[in-house]
Amino acid sequence: MHSITELLQQLVYGLSLGSIYALIALGYTMVYGIVKLINFAHGDVMMVGAYMGWLAITVFHFPFFPAILFAMIVAAIAGIIIERAAYKPLRNATRIAALITAIGVSLFLEYGGMLVVGAQMRTYPNVFPETMYKIGGITFKFGDIVMLVTALVLMLLLHFTVQYTKIGKAMRASSFDMEAALLMGVNVNTTISATFAIGSALAAAAGVLYGIYFNSIDPLMGITPGLKAFVAAVLGGIGIIPGAMVGGLVLGVTESLVSGLGASTWRDAVAFLILILVLIIKPSGLFGKNLREKV
Amino acid sequence: MLVLEDVHVYYGAIHALKGISLQVNQGEIVTLIGSNGAGKSTSLKTISGLLRPKQGKISFNGEDLSKIPPQKIVAKGISQVPEGRRIFANMTVSENLDMGAYLRKDKSGIKQDVERVFELFPRLKERKSQVAGTLSGGEQQMLAMGRALMSRPQLLLLDEPSMGLAPILVKQIFTIIQEINAQGTTILLVEQNAHMALSIANRAYVLETGKIALGGQAQDLAASEDVRKAYLGG
Ligand SMILES: Nc1ncnc2c1ncn2[C@@H]1O[C@H](COP(=O)(O)OP(=O)(O)O)[C@@H](O)[C@H]1O
Ligand SMILES: [Mg+2]
Repeated sequence: MHSITELLQQLVYGLSLGSIYALIALGYTMVYGIVKLINFAHGDVMMVGAYMGWLAITVFHFPFFPAILFAMIVAAIAGIIIERAAYKPLRNATRIAALITAIGVSLFLEYGGMLVVGAQMRTYPNVFPETMYKIGGITFKFGDIVMLVTALVLMLLLHFTVQYTKIGKAMRASSFDMEAALLMGVNVNTTISATFAIGSALAAAAGVLYGIYFNSIDPLMGITPGLKAFVAAVLGGIGIIPGAMVGGLVLGVTESLVSGLGASTWRDAVAFLILILVLIIKPSGLFGKNLREKV
Repeated sequence: MLVLEDVHVYYGAIHALKGISLQVNQGEIVTLIGSNGAGKSTSLKTISGLLRPKQGKISFNGEDLSKIPPQKIVAKGISQVPEGRRIFANMTVSENLDMGAYLRKDKSGIKQDVERVFELFPRLKERKSQVAGTLSGGEQQMLAMGRALMSRPQLLLLDEPSMGLAPILVKQIFTIIQEINAQGTTILLVEQNAHMALSIANRAYVLETGKIALGGQAQDLAASEDVRKAYLGG
């Protein structure tokens, strides 16, 4: 890295990438908050979303926004089905049983996905014009701006939903104390379904953005960003929504700066270095305190 | 109003309720007293549908409750203030009250009931925007009670409302329980503080290791030699 301009340029890339991680991390953290399960299939739901976006754009010729919406809806339904079929029967089982099931669901989606769409990579259609904006030496691609704005709008929508709507309050109450929520008349099954639906929809949005960002998708594409988003969720404090947002952005920016320093081979290692440091220094994450806001 | 007949409840292999029968009539304050581990909380959890009886019948206004999920039991008019308050410490006082009214859609009625709760517990009004986790123990108990009232229950189940509170606060809470009852809510009160509970109740049951050992008018039980020895410190 040779100048301030380059540094800022890397920061811009990092924020775009980080907002994608943040979207995925939100699903991890929301699901963990309510059912105390690390949903290892979450990255693969992102992959499903990416393929749905691909389908919508190349086959149905949808523009960007309808395509991402389509991907989100399909993934939401998939998320609900996964929870009902795989996790709900194990709700009172040991955590390790649920975790192993999550890994099973993950493998099912990865290799089931290969069976359906083939193992080869696919080029993601470029839906955005190649317009560039230069502000003070920093280049903004039109697509990067749309991606960043899309991610931010989705996070704001989520914040509003969780904070002010009835289902959002039910989610917060259930993740704080499920039995007390039952005593209020909350239907915990519906609330858990809603959590999986929202988390999966956000992952699908991330999948479409990721496909556009890296131009290609394949059935195993969810593994690495899934793991990184998990790191982001732990970094922010698992179960804490704002933590996932900040954790994702921090991870994206850090990775991007490391690449900018010319150490791009170390990029993926950075995430895990961060994970180790967090677990040693502050296992409850950046936002973890005694009284925590979990969903 | 509420009738339990020969109710058995298990935690895995542990036989926690060994065939309890009791009755609560409309308008009463009934108390269920007993020492730690007797099965008082288990009884209330079973009435609320959090636990399922393996055997026996629970009916409310003539309707069988034993297979109805907890959220529907709330809708039928039974609300519980659980042991240890269990308020949503991550939410504000107002949001906790909103949660109490979770099943209701009548906005204006809910507003009225929030005012009613604030009249019963003026401290909560002062703190309505405060995060509930920052309230004192007494205030948290008030919030838990206010929250339970927000569903407009016919029957209010209270699990050890005096637990961990200073005597003056206990007195205040018990006065409010009487006031809630006077306003038309039937009450089933679980207590280890038998003295206070017997002083406000119409009728009482004594629970001993999962069985009803005694039952009768509260004042008779308060006067009984056995009860005095076991629960009232002589
Ligand atoms: N979750 C549980 N798992 C196993 N045993 C329990 C559980 N909860 C309560 N018990 C047992 O059931 C009995 C009754 O408990 P409880 O209803 O909480 O008593 P009380 O409220 O009268 O103090 C006790 O012996 C207790 O150890
Ligand atoms: Mg108890």
